[in-house]
Amino acid sequence: MHRSFNLFTLVDLKSGESAKISALRGGKNLNTRLSTLGFTPGVIIYMTHNYGHGPIIVTVRDTRIAIGRGEARHILVTREIE
Amino acid sequence: MNLFNESRNKISTNGVTKKNLSIALAGQPNMGKSTIFNLLTGLNQHVGNWPGKTVEKKEGEFQHNGHTIHLIDLPGTYSLSANSPEEIIARNFILQEKPDLVVAVVSAANLERSLYLVSELIVLETPLMIVLNMIDVAEQEGFTVDAKILQAAIGVPIVPMIASRASGVRGLLDYFDQFIEQKLEFFPKLPQISADHQHVKEVIDQLIDGFVPEFYPKNWASMKLLEGDPEIYDILKSVLPLERWETIDDILKQHEDAGLAIASGRYEWIERNIRAAVNRPKLGQVGLTDRLDRFATHPIGGLIILAIILGLTFWLTFTIGSPIQEWMDSKILVPLGTLAQSLLIDAPTWVTSLVVDGVIGGVGAVVTFLPIIIIFFAAFGFLEDIGYMARAAYVMDNFMHWMGLHGKSFLPLFLGFGCNVPAVMGTRVIESWPARILTILLAPFVPCSARLAVIAFIAPAFFGANAFLISWGLILFSIVILVIVGVVLNLIFFKGERTAFIMELPLYHVPNLHSALLLIWQRSLSFLRHAGTIILMMSIVVWALSEFPGGDLETSFLAQIGNFVAPVGEWMGLDWKLTVALITSFMAKENAIATLGVLFGRTEEFGLLETISMTYSPAVGLSFMVVTLLFIPCAATVAVIKQETGSWKWTMVNIVLMLVVSIGVASGVYAIASGLGL
Repeated sequence: MHRSFNLFTLVDLKSGESAKISALRGGKNLNTRLSTLGFTPGVIIYMTHNYGHGPIIVTVRDTRIAIGRGEARHILVTREIE
Repeated sequence: MNLFNESRNKISTNGVTKKNLSIALAGQPNMGKSTIFNLLTGLNQHVGNWPGKTVEKKEGEFQHNGHTIHLIDLPGTYSLSANSPEEIIARNFILQEKPDLVVAVVSAANLERSLYLVSELIVLETPLMIVLNMIDVAEQEGFTVDAKILQAAIGVPIVPMIASRASGVRGLLDYFDQFIEQKLEFFPKLPQISADHQHVKEVIDQLIDGFVPEFYPKNWASMKLLEGDPEIYDILKSVLPLERWETIDDILKQHEDAGLAIASGRYEWIERNIRAAVNRPKLGQVGLTDRLDRFATHPIGGLIILAIILGLTFWLTFTIGSPIQEWMDSKILVPLGTLAQSLLIDAPTWVTSLVVDGVIGGVGAVVTFLPIIIIFFAAFGFLEDIGYMARAAYVMDNFMHWMGLHGKSFLPLFLGFGCNVPAVMGTRVIESWPARILTILLAPFVPCSARLAVIAFIAPAFFGANAFLISWGLILFSIVILVIVGVVLNLIFFKGERTAFIMELPLYHVPNLHSALLLIWQRSLSFLRHAGTIILMMSIVVWALSEFPGGDLETSFLAQIGNFVAPVGEWMGLDWKLTVALITSFMAKENAIATLGVLFGRTEEFGLLETISMTYSPAVGLSFMVVTLLFIPCAATVAVIKQETGSWKWTMVNIVLMLVVSIGVASGVYAIASGLGL
């Protein structure tokens, strides 16, 4: 990528923001569960609700999924959406 | 990623001329799979467990054009990996039992994600067709899906359906006909592994050749190895010669990213196949689910909505259920007892007593709770069916964290207010074993409808006009105790162990009435079956203890037991009669009232309530209600705890835990209450 891009974890997104998943950094088990549900690198993810505490709700591949903050920190995203 | 398509003609020749056809229904959770199963089989179904597992197995049969079709409802799974017992059951059934046809149910409203399971099913040998369900929900959220285009893209037959309105069944059965007549064509376009992993896979293919257990296709086994599948890993490790295995293990270690790449590849296959078939909502268009979720998942608003919904559920249950329960008690049970007495006029008195007091009094009392439980189940099932329950779990997640649990544990605990038996069974939704055990241990602390009935009956004897307030206070109190016990258990035994909280929030939708009624029917049947077996047995045992040796309660074994444990009763201010009433509540919680009725019934001058209020102080009454709320689980719950944990150790832990907590807390309450002069 030519331009500088910012790497965040999923919990850094605010409600209503979108980003692209760049990597999964969980253990093998968590990564399998996440990728099965559609969290694969390159996919656009939309933050439906992030109240700053408690689990977040994201929409990925038209599915709403609640994820604990701890788990969400293993999902790296970039705001670079072409 | 470099992917390409390959066609494989999968027209099946087996099973076609047979009179009997076996079809497996597969699908992710929340796809309406059970509704389709119920539509096809109706009442002709059998619900049991998969062998050796606490996973529900549903099978059914129906006749169609002279063929007997045997339908198996596989557990709802997101994939065919080995992350959960459900997934292992689903894939082993297809691979080992080899049904004639697999029908995968997908949702038009969650097409991309629900096709993930299809991307795994389509590579198996068994012919596959797809039911494209929930067309109506998709439209409500702004999607349209063209089934014909999708069918051409994937290469397997696709039937559009709206199962909740029973629409599309005809089309599905037509496809079954065509399948039987060998006219159904399968040209599945298979997802391929990316080029960089293709070579690795070929190497593994060669290494495992000749060693793979017969029902696992070699191709599939090597793919699962690359995905990091723990079950296939262990199986191949045990059958392969050590040297070969070490070579494979080295390759797998170098390609740990393969699992993610394979999942990505499957999603790319899906994206390509649905591109032409799906019309997405316009940007900025907000669907029904998002509009409702602004309130239902709000950290404060969501809790208020949950509180209102729970309040309504209780109100509905007790305003409709309680009068029916009382009516059944006075208009059916009492006349039934009188009838039995007159029929058995020539029989020995102990036979009459066995039938009237033991069977009718014991089992009958439990059965009268059926209306309350049915209404509660119906309300719970409705909330589940429309998709609300996942939101309740979401907003409760923060509170459940105090106990090291997460939101999903809230659902079975809530079910416990109706009856602890389904609550314990409902813990199956929790993936992690420690979290599940902890939830099971806590479930009996939830005051069930039978205990609420005891409280509602006794509270007025001591607190008159304040009875309602006291009852609510006691219920809240027992929930506080539940939370404290949960926090302590988590700190001591479960060491604050956390598991991943990942939960789908399904789209809101209108449920199918027929399917919902069928579910209530099944749950009621299983409750009655419990009443007919375990509770009947326990009723007879307790009756015998109260009848023998002398035929007089005051000198019976039960009274002797009561006297023996009386010192413990004294800590709580209970005399032997209250202690015996408490002990008999082990059989069924509402027995506490029945026992008091028997114990005080002989000197009839005042009603039972008046007698009790004249005999005991309010402090004793309070202590008795507290210990009743927290006392050891009833026999049926104990049986189901044993069944679900598969261990007497955990069952005993649960009983001892509740014994200690109930006696401890009630003693404390008694000391404080009598200190206050109550």
